[in-house]
Amino acid sequence: MVVTIIFLVAAAIAVVFAVLTVVPRDPTKNVLSLVIMSFAMAAVFAILGMDFLAAIQIIVYSGAVLVLFLFVIMLLKIRRIEALGSGRPVQALLGALVAAGIGGMMLVVAGLLLPLQGAVLPGAVETGTAFPIGRALLSTHLFAFEFITLLLVAAIVGAVYLGKGEEE
Amino acid sequence: MWVDLIVIGVKLAFGLVVLLTTVPIMVWVERRGSALIQDRLGPNRVGPLGLFQPIVDVVKLLAKEVITPAGVRPLLYILAPAIAVIVALSTFIAIPIGKDSGLELFGHAVNGFIVAPDLNIGLLYVFAIASFGVYPLLLAGWSSDNKYALLGGVRASAQAISYEIAMIIAIVGVLMSSGTLRLQQIVDAQSGVWMGFLPHWNVFSQPIGALIFMVAVFAETNRLPFDLPEADAELVAGYHTEYSSIRFAAFYMSEYLHMTVAASLVTVLFLGGWNLPWIDIPFEGWAGVLLSMGVFGIKVATLLWFFVWVRWTLPRFRYDQLMALGWKVMVPLAVLNFLWVGVAMALGYM
Repeated sequence: MVVTIIFLVAAAIAVVFAVLTVVPRDPTKNVLSLVIMSFAMAAVFAILGMDFLAAIQIIVYSGAVLVLFLFVIMLLKIRRIEALGSGRPVQALLGALVAAGIGGMMLVVAGLLLPLQGAVLPGAVETGTAFPIGRALLSTHLFAFEFITLLLVAAIVGAVYLGKGEEE
Repeated sequence: MWVDLIVIGVKLAFGLVVLLTTVPIMVWVERRGSALIQDRLGPNRVGPLGLFQPIVDVVKLLAKEVITPAGVRPLLYILAPAIAVIVALSTFIAIPIGKDSGLELFGHAVNGFIVAPDLNIGLLYVFAIASFGVYPLLLAGWSSDNKYALLGGVRASAQAISYEIAMIIAIVGVLMSSGTLRLQQIVDAQSGVWMGFLPHWNVFSQPIGALIFMVAVFAETNRLPFDLPEADAELVAGYHTEYSSIRFAAFYMSEYLHMTVAASLVTVLFLGGWNLPWIDIPFEGWAGVLLSMGVFGIKVATLLWFFVWVRWTLPRFRYDQLMALGWKVMVPLAVLNFLWVGVAMALGYM
């Protein structure tokens, strides 16, 4: 009962601030809304028993990525961005299509997962979720895990190359 | 149910009182300590040895006018100091400050002196909340509508992110050697002796990690030599230039709260928590709890004095030096520590 109420509150906060991430025309407000949304998401993770994911969500998103966003916005002194709907019509159409696609996919997945309600990661209850997630990353999903490191290295090399600029 | 709440409430109140008491004491230690180091007297008029000076300071700060300059963003301007104190206070609930000696309070297990004993991911929780500590600086700097404050806020964000990376890689070594994210178990893993004669504290088995963590802690708490966000020689007072009265006091207080939390973390992670070197004490009953808290307190107090000592000894870094140190020295060294722990564990030294 209490859990359901907490979930509903957290979910409502997440939805409201997700909208506020997109609608205001002041980039600082958008980023701060995203910060609050990521906290609400962390709360949802925590309710689902994913304490590790909740902590990582806050450390990575609120603590690092969004601080960088704010840093860039303040450094470049972006006061306002273009009004909603000032882009090309095709942008709005494509955006709506992608949003509908992702939303539909999530509904289908949620429908498929309905019979598994209440299932948690094996071993998660005794030891918390850090252990089973680490185990899964280095066994079942080892290929994807290593592949992501490769992707990150490529991104870092690209960023350094772009950041260096033209050779004088 | 009710007993649970009472026990948690007692622990919360205890933690809050301990934490808030360290602030005036540290202000006094800082002022008298700086005077000692600079060969002058320091505050010595109010009370014996100037001990009541912090109380007078607080009264003075509270009595000042609360000024909200024109042009600020009101909501964020007021929220920033509040967030600073909230963040500094809420990290403390996951830090164990005394051993779980099987004590019971009203027939309910006390679970050691830690407010949230059932947190599987205690360490991650602490870092999750602590990583939020840069927001008040950033928001204060930005909402003040002042170029010095803005520069301070921007510096704070770049600095915090750079040093957090080295700090977290340095922690990985501790996690590997103790195999848990629970801070109580990390302390337990540091009892006994290592290599036959050294205490089994992480500071001895991973000295590079301890050094990196210590330096990163100075940067994260914005203490000299890393106090670039407020750099009073260049930025007036940095991010809190436009703050006065109680709002300024909130920032001032959160700096000292952060120091105490950081010193407790260093004690837990690298200095063996409440373990005494070479002596194994079972820490039983009330006497055991008090003894373990005393040992912990002495270590934290020593570290806090170290903070003050460093502040009045080293000059401030230049900004490019700070960034170069963070990325080109600290991160590679932290990775080296991580490798050393891995090799040592594989060879059975740890």
